[in-house]
Amino acid sequence: MFELILTLVLLVIGFVFGQIAEKRHFRSIIQREAETRDLLCFNERRIPQDMFSPHVTLVCGSVVVSVDFFKHFVATLRNLVGGRVSAYESLLERARREAVLRMKAQALAQGATSVWNVRVETSSIHQGQRQGIGAVEVMAYGTALVPR
Amino acid sequence: MIVTNIEYIPGKKITQHLGMVSGNTVRAKHVGRDLMAGLKNIVGGELKGYTELLTESREEAVRRMVAQAEAIGANAVLNVRFSTSSVAAGAAELFAYGTAVVAE
Repeated sequence: MFELILTLVLLVIGFVFGQIAEKRHFRSIIQREAETRDLLCFNERRIPQDMFSPHVTLVCGSVVVSVDFFKHFVATLRNLVGGRVSAYESLLERARREAVLRMKAQALAQGATSVWNVRVETSSIHQGQRQGIGAVEVMAYGTALVPR
Repeated sequence: MIVTNIEYIPGKKITQHLGMVSGNTVRAKHVGRDLMAGLKNIVGGELKGYTELLTESREEAVRRMVAQAEAIGANAVLNVRFSTSSVAAGAAELFAYGTAVVAE
């Protein structure tokens, strides 16, 4: 009985705080994306001739985001019937956009105007562990072009 | 030392190819951090401790790769790639690799 109550309480806490945190995070992402819109990002490997500049540097941005208890629960249920796990989709979207934003921030700090060959890599931390921490790491990296 | 993940350097000529260089590091965070991350697992959100850990280790891996490239006389590392894997509970391996070249 106690365990059931504890689970329910954790579910409610996870749902409420998780939703608040996610909404706040998305607002901040949208705002910062608007601010850094001038910095162009490409996943093209070849830089066009007319944009050439010998000043290139590697820039990276990474973020580790954890799932909340509610999402974990929903995903476990979803596992039974199959289909889209939208709880995790928004988590990963958030993490990717945040990683790209951090990469952009680093590029802007170095005075870059564009970032080329952007790669995004995702890995899960503590995957095989029972009772482990369900978290994903997303890393974005690319080559920043600094015009002189 | 120029480090980039494209295959060439704009405006420079690659005169010598010195092969692949790599750098890796395995790091773990102290138990307190793990405990905090466990709690954070209930409410969700960013795990700052882990982000910090991975950023530090990535920098370390890149430093080692650059040191290796310097040791063989390169002045640039091209086509850099990263890879992450978790080897044990609470520990993560960061691996960076690229091609060492001499550019003029």
